[in-house]
Amino acid sequence: MTAQTYSLSPKEKSFVSWHLLVAMVALALGTLFGPLQAFEHAGLNLYPFLQPLIKSYYQGLTLHGVLNALVWTTFFITGFLTFNVIYGLKRPLRYPTLNQVGFWLMIVGLVMAAIPILLNKASVLYTFYPPMKAHWAYYVGLTLVVVGSWVEGYGFYFTYAAWRKENPGERTPFIAFASVLTMVLWQIATLGVAVEMLTMLIPWSLGLIETVDPQLARTYFWFTGHPLVYFWLLPAYISWYAMLPKQVGGKMFSDSLARLAFWLFLLLSVPLGFHHQYVDPGVPAGWKFVHAVLTFSVFFPSLLTAFTVIASLEYGARKNGGTGLFRWVLALPWRDPSVAAQLLAGLLFFFGGIGGLANAAYNVNLELHNTTFVPGHFHLTVATGVTLTFMGVSYWLVPYLTGKKLWKPDLARWQAWLWFIGMIIFSNAMHVLGILGAPRRTPLGDAPYVPAEWNSRLLQVGIGGGILFISAILYFAVMIGTAFSKVKVEKEVEVPVAEALQPVSQTPAWLDRWAPWVYAALALIVIAYGPQLYEQIRNISLTSPGFRVW
Amino acid sequence: MSTTSLHVHPYEKRWIIFSIVLLIVFTAAVAIAAFALGIQVPSPEQRVDPRTVAVDPNSPWSNPGLREIAPGRYEAYILAQTWQFQPREIRVPVGSRVTFYVTSKDVQHTFKIQDTNINVQVVPGQVSKLTVTFKKPGTYPFICSEYCGVGHAGMFGQIIVTP
Repeated sequence: MTAQTYSLSPKEKSFVSWHLLVAMVALALGTLFGPLQAFEHAGLNLYPFLQPLIKSYYQGLTLHGVLNALVWTTFFITGFLTFNVIYGLKRPLRYPTLNQVGFWLMIVGLVMAAIPILLNKASVLYTFYPPMKAHWAYYVGLTLVVVGSWVEGYGFYFTYAAWRKENPGERTPFIAFASVLTMVLWQIATLGVAVEMLTMLIPWSLGLIETVDPQLARTYFWFTGHPLVYFWLLPAYISWYAMLPKQVGGKMFSDSLARLAFWLFLLLSVPLGFHHQYVDPGVPAGWKFVHAVLTFSVFFPSLLTAFTVIASLEYGARKNGGTGLFRWVLALPWRDPSVAAQLLAGLLFFFGGIGGLANAAYNVNLELHNTTFVPGHFHLTVATGVTLTFMGVSYWLVPYLTGKKLWKPDLARWQAWLWFIGMIIFSNAMHVLGILGAPRRTPLGDAPYVPAEWNSRLLQVGIGGGILFISAILYFAVMIGTAFSKVKVEKEVEVPVAEALQPVSQTPAWLDRWAPWVYAALALIVIAYGPQLYEQIRNISLTSPGFRVW
Repeated sequence: MSTTSLHVHPYEKRWIIFSIVLLIVFTAAVAIAAFALGIQVPSPEQRVDPRTVAVDPNSPWSNPGLREIAPGRYEAYILAQTWQFQPREIRVPVGSRVTFYVTSKDVQHTFKIQDTNINVQVVPGQVSKLTVTFKKPGTYPFICSEYCGVGHAGMFGQIIVTP
């Protein structure tokens, strides 16, 4: 194998850096509101002190959800994928201007959406269920963010096609393959919300149509809503599969099975959105059951991932002298903050997966729908499995991009552990409260029906949120410290890309062929969604005018 | 380059078999609960016009409340609106089997009765229907668990099951 000598040009580094910068600013603002919600649950409502800047708990919650779940993720991911495409293919973007246009569209969209949120004209949360009606700029802005990310994706496709021409017959390098696939998944997935925006919410908010069909809007939204979580997750998987093994001194256990897992995600992650609508009145129970079975099936590639990633880590740990059935875990380089953050993220993600199975389990959802179990769950997945992994990635990627040494790695390691500890306390309490029946998205400190037995758990929500806030502050301190540091790295940071145990040339060709998989994915969507979409569109009832209820 | 077969480590083969069996067991458990034990999720019931559902005299939700349809069997028509349920209180004797018909005249809500399997999204234009038998006397709060505006946290009511 040849040494990894390819390097991004200064322009490319700066382009990726801009994505990360916007992502981190969004995370910083969005994370400010997390503890406000958590403290409110614990009985300390700080929102009155934010008047008149922030009008309500829900305006804060909208900021928290939109900035963290939509903006931080989308910007970090498009930046990270851009890096992976360039570095993986070892060639520049085919049309860098196209990618820049995409990025600027995302920025324009972000600003457009942010203004109405900050003016309390769009306190509709990040799910924006109609007939709650936000200012039109909110919908147009979010749509532009998605369209911008599509345009960046087209830039990836042109680049990949050019590489293919230059390298006929070669296997696509894994990180580039997985990154392009993540973008394909995103572009298929976002069709649902694009239709919702273009046919209902945007014309409705502009006053061109009077009424919408809230049930059909939910179906469109959740067409996108579940694969959205795979768009968040797959970039973290790219790091766990292909980068983390290198960071622990090992190799990728199986290149073939890693690719198979990614193909299965492309195939299975869209046609199962009804599992978010189990208790919707307008979707037949039979179709909900079909989607329940499909939801369990998409758990399979995650189980494959668990095996391959842990096996890769174990291989590295044993090479470093690790022994024993489980004791090898201690031989992993825990002192490296990037490694520690990702290992802890993976560990909590495992429990997030188990909670996800409970959510997905059809009638079990009658106990859990819209309870705090749900945010408890996704704070283990997107807010830890994904977010803490991205933080870990940034601990090597930011030094690579800026040429500055990571500022105070000890603080970075503390950051990872505090996130882990805070999230265990916060998320465990949220899960328990959910099983007891506590509703999500509700200022529980203010709700008249809260029984005394919830109080100790509500307090834990506040304590966990406080610890998470300290961790977030440490993260931004390390990032700002690194950016403004005067200490340059001695030589360019090595990009951790693991070799596979089996040479990549032995990966079967059918795992590097796009058309059959993409067609199969589209066919499965038509089967799983076609009949119900046809039915719901044929019986569309445009009977809901808009409401502003905040 | 001629390889087309997938190289899979023996341990991983075992893990794959375990994973598939695990998921089949989960699916089977859910199917048994749904079809043998009858723990079901809602299905489409009927459509209404949210603009008139609370005022049209032919609409049961113009006069929401409890109707006894047979001894021990009830229908409860619940109207959800910002930020209250109508009626706010329902009394039934223990052992009653109550079918809830819930709809909204404005935004989305969720109708969730604590300590029961009743937890249903309330979508304007649709009617959410679920049935429960109250086997134990006591007070069962019902709450809104979908964000429905600034007054959302105060949206609740109760079912009193008398001995």
